[in-house]
Formats: sequence, structure tokens, C-alpha cells
Amino acid sequence: MLKIDNLHASVEDKAILRGINLEVKAGEVHAIMGPNGSGKSTLASVIAGKEEYEVQDGEIILEGENIDELAAEERAHKGIFLSFQYPVEIPGVSVTNFMKTAINETRKARGLEDMPAKDMLKMIREKSELLEIDRKFLSRSLNEGFSGGEKKRNEIFQMAMLEPKLAILDETDSGLDIDALRIVANGVNKLKSKDNAVVVITHYQRLLDYIVPDYVHVLYNGRIVKSGTKELAKELEEKGYDWIKEEVNA
Amino acid sequence: MKPKITKLETFQEMELKDKLASSFLAFENQIDIDSYVHDIRSEAFKTFEDKGFPSKKEEAWKYTSLNSILKEDYSVFPKQENALTYPDVKKYFIHEIDSYKIVFIDGKYSSHLSQTTHEGIDVCLMSSALNKPKYRLIIENYFNKAATNDSLPSLNTAFSNEGAYIHIPKNKLVEKPIQIIHFSTGSEAAQLLQPRNLIVVDENSHVQIIERHQSLTDNPVLTNSVTEIFGRKRAIVDYYKIQNDNLNASLIDNTFIDQKQNSHISVHTFSFGGKLTRNNLNFYQNGERIDSTLKGITIIGDKQHVDHSTLVHHIEPNCESHQDYKGIFGDKATGVFNGKVVVEKEAQRTNAFQANNNILLNDKATINTKPQLEIFADDVKCSHGCTIGQLDESAMFYLRSRGIPEKEAKALLMYAFANNVLESVKIPEIKQRINKIIANKLGVNIGFDL
Repeated sequence: MLKIDNLHASVEDKAILRGINLEVKAGEVHAIMGPNGSGKSTLASVIAGKEEYEVQDGEIILEGENIDELAAEERAHKGIFLSFQYPVEIPGVSVTNFMKTAINETRKARGLEDMPAKDMLKMIREKSELLEIDRKFLSRSLNEGFSGGEKKRNEIFQMAMLEPKLAILDETDSGLDIDALRIVANGVNKLKSKDNAVVVITHYQRLLDYIVPDYVHVLYNGRIVKSGTKELAKELEEKGYDWIKEEVNA
Repeated sequence: MKPKITKLETFQEMELKDKLASSFLAFENQIDIDSYVHDIRSEAFKTFEDKGFPSKKEEAWKYTSLNSILKEDYSVFPKQENALTYPDVKKYFIHEIDSYKIVFIDGKYSSHLSQTTHEGIDVCLMSSALNKPKYRLIIENYFNKAATNDSLPSLNTAFSNEGAYIHIPKNKLVEKPIQIIHFSTGSEAAQLLQPRNLIVVDENSHVQIIERHQSLTDNPVLTNSVTEIFGRKRAIVDYYKIQNDNLNASLIDNTFIDQKQNSHISVHTFSFGGKLTRNNLNFYQNGERIDSTLKGITIIGDKQHVDHSTLVHHIEPNCESHQDYKGIFGDKATGVFNGKVVVEKEAQRTNAFQANNNILLNDKATINTKPQLEIFADDVKCSHGCTIGQLDESAMFYLRSRGIPEKEAKALLMYAFANNVLESVKIPEIKQRINKIIANKLGVNIGFDL
């Protein structure tokens, strides 16, 4: 599904990713962990196509196609979805209108007609129930005045609506209480299938109790320095990152 | 003796002034010399001659130069009459709704395109109101009573003869909106139009008015319009100005609004077109518990210029004013917002709010925004805020990451930015029309219904 090969990226001439290699296959869940400033969010943004980041070297391949040159919206049309760590507040655009526009623009790019209003409403109803989102919430301005938990639930709601092939969840667990965490994780698990893949970026083991990864990677200083199974996440939770840093620096 | 003010005038300005002076003589000769307004016109022309065209040296015109539009050789009276058929110009009307219409072609009334009435209310012509005895009382009580004697309103007063005359007697809810539309057809190489509107809304009455100026030609057109609106006790007036003219048409709109107690008057100004547009919008609150609303959306590009100069004069206690202007400027467009709020000493417990938010789409576009608050009362709530910014990059990435292409994402953010101004528009068809104009302007085709 996704293959990242020797990826180097920088922002304002500051190197952040220094040779990332990662392969994610359909049906898999990968977790990326690591201390603050290791480059986790940058990796997520670079895959999603944020223009501030400059890719110096390496490749990002999605289903056999190099997507380095594609704009963010084109990557979205190909099935990449990024759940933002800090979803942006957009006053004046309702959640519903935003979703309608996003879905129909994506369909247009894929050569499809607009989704009939009836189907759209049905889909919105089903997916909002999945995320236990109140209907009133959907007519509010996008993310404006939402609590941390509401913002993250809204991100996963968008994921449910857009049905991506590859979803990257950037610290979706931060700012969530335990109930919201369960709702969000449950939503993600319901959306998982053998045809799509999920990359979970997190600081903590907590989320991984609910969204169980097939692989866990540790990102440090712009490189993946260690990979393992879910046991690695537990080890990190107990011992912190210092032992990894020591290993790398040795 | 008052010293004569001498000021430097350009050659073109002098030429135009000369032409206006001889035109004024001809105009005076052709209309009834006994008419009540004769003295008002003569006085006004003297005032205009003394003051001349406004220049950038005047504080109120610091950021708007008329030089580029005064160089044309304008004809003051159209020589020939042109006809238009409704299908040709239907799109300039809000045609989805039933309405009264007062339509002018090159300054002349078009009975063919209009739908006026005298049933219970008067929706008709200024020319007949000025000449027929039955309107005499209203004319004497209201005509030129709110307009100032600044140079351009004076010039309009001097030539005042035609425009819309609307009188709503008390306790009338006018169900159909009234559309006032001025077309210019290019029958002259360059044309000066000076429509004069008088709108009197008596106690407890409610009316909605839509005004539009539309050039159908590439020939230069300059419109110097004056509208006086009087809202008596508890009157409600909703006024919409749709400015989407072509790039050779300029508009100086002088609107003066006199409000009595408990009246609510709102003016929405949508400025998308034209070469140069100056909106002088003045509210005078002559009573208690008055509500005045001034809102605007400006979206321009090219070398277009739009200047909003507003005045709200709070004279009596317990009144409110709400101003909210949004501007989006691309290419080499220039914008001005000059919002003056005066709160007199007697006007205690005034609430006056003013906001002007702007987005500059590139480095070449400019906006000059200047709030002016003169507050002489001590128990008031006044706020003002202006912002100038760019489109939010992080919001752009957020929208694009959901599959919304760059152009559409920009449009969506601009809609969102301007949205709260549209919220207070009470005629849904106007809202739809504005949405459509914005979408066309931004070159997108998405069904936003914000």
C-alpha cells in the first residue's frame, strides 16, 4: 500500500526527516512512537502533502505510484487521510457543508457524479452514529469552539465519511478522556478492513490497547531506529525512550 | 467676508466644471422656474462651484482620487433614448421574486421595464413628485433635508430631477421588495448620471429595497447618486445595494438616512464590480432606541477601487449601531474603509460596534482602514476593530487534505470569511444571488449554501 524509501525532508532548511524507510501493507496497523521533536508529525504532514516541507531525497510510493509531486488534494483523492493533531477551526463553514464539498470534490476527481443528497444524508447519519456525534453538532462551524474530544471525534467522523485507503492518525489520543478515547478507537476499528491500512502516531501505549498495532516503530532524530511488535510499545511505556537514545548514540 | 478658498484644479476638472455650469443653465431654463426646488438647486450649484470636486488633500478623500474618472468628456443629458427589452436585462433583476420595479435607462424612466404603484403606497418617479402638487408637502418636508452640502451631493442636488420616489404611509407592511435599477447603454461616449432618490417610511411601516447600477457598455459611466431615506417612529427599512458593474463604470453613492425613535434601518452593500466605487453612507439618529445596521462585503481584483466611508451620528440616548464590513482584495485592487462614529453628549447608553476585516490575496493589493470615534458621552459601549490578513495557510492545508482543491478551498475560506454579513440578509434570493456572483468571481462552481 505505502512504501517510504530513504525519505529526507526539511522545513526552512532545517532537516527533520533523515532517511525514513517504512512499508505498510493493506490490512495492517502500524504505530509510530517516539520522543517529542523526533519528526513524527512531520512524517504525517509530508505524507499528506503539506507544502511547507521540502522533500530533499527519497520517495513516497502509494500503491506503486510515486506521489511526491502530488498536491495535498490529489493525495486525498488517491485515498490518503490525515487525522490532524490540531484540527483547524474554520468559522462560517458547517461540518455538513464541509463534508459535502470534500466528498463531491473527491468524487469529481475520480470521475464520479455528485453523491445524491439522500445518500449523503444517510451516510452522514450512519457515520455520526458510529462516532456518537449529536446531529446538532453537524450544523456547527467546523471545529469552532469544539472541545478537544469533539475535535478528534470529528476527525474520525471525516475519516469514516471519506473512507480512505491509508489513514494516518496524528496523536488522535491527545486531549481525550477515557470515554472519548474508546469511542474514537472503536470508530477506527470498525473502519478497518483488509483493504485499508492505518498508521497511528502516538506518545502513549494507552491508545494501542484499543487500536492494536501489527508493528510498532520508534522514530528518533528523523529516523526509524527500532521496529517491533506491540510488545515494543509496552516496553517503551515502562522504560521510556532513554534506553533507545543510548542504543542509537552508542 | 468669507475668504474664497482657492485650490489647484486639473485642467480636466476645470473643463468638466465649465461644462456642468453651462449644462446647469440649460437645465434651469427647461424646467419650471417656480418650482420649490428651484432655489435649492441654484444654491446647491453655487456650493458645488465654490467647493469643486473633492481632492486627495481633503481628509475624507485622502485615499480615493477622482482624477482618473474626471478626465472623461461626460455628457450630462443623454441625446437619444435607448430601449431595452426585459429578456436582455432580466439577469440584473432579482427576478425570482415578485417586486415593484423602478427602472431607468441612461437616466430616463423606462415605463416598459418598471412596475410602479399608487395603491396605498407611492412607488414612482422623482420627476413627477417634484412637479405634482399632491406630493408638494412631502417634498417640502423631506427633499434635501438629510443630504449634506458637500460638493458631490450638492452637484447631484443641482441637477436633481429624476430617480425613485417612495412614500410608505404609516402602518404598511410592503410585502413586495422594491427594485431600483439604473442601466446605461453607451448611447454617449461617456455619460454622467445623477439619480436622486427620496424614500419616506412613516410610522410602523416596513419596506425592503434593492438598488443596482448596471452599465451595459464599455463606454465610461460616472454615477453620482444621492439617496435620502427617512424612517419615522418604529419604521423598518432593509436596503440592499448590489454593486457589480463593469470595469469602466464608476459610482459615487451618497446615502443619507434620518431615523426617528425605535426605527430599525439596515443597509447591506455588496461591492464586487466597477472601476471606482465610493460609498458615502451616513446615518443620523434623531430619536431614542434606534437601531442602525451597516454591513458590507467587498471582493475586488484587477485595479478596482472601493471606498466605504461611513458615518453614524448618535444624537439621542439608548441607541445602537452595528457595522461589519469584510473585504477581499486581489491583484492591484485598493480598498478604503473610513468609519466614523460620533456619540453626542446627550447620547448616553449608546452601543456602537464597528468591525472591518480584510484579506489581501497578494502583495500588490492594498487596504486603508481607519476607524474614527468621537465620543462625548460617558456612559457608552463602543468597540471597533480592524484586521488585515492573508488566507490562513493551515486552514488551506486542512481543506486540501480532505480533497478540496486549492481554488475551491480558497473560495470556501472566502465564503466563510464573508458569511456573517450574509446571515443578516432577509431576502433568501438576494443571498443566493450574492453567492452566485461570488462563485463566478472566484471561478468556482460549488454549491455552498452558507
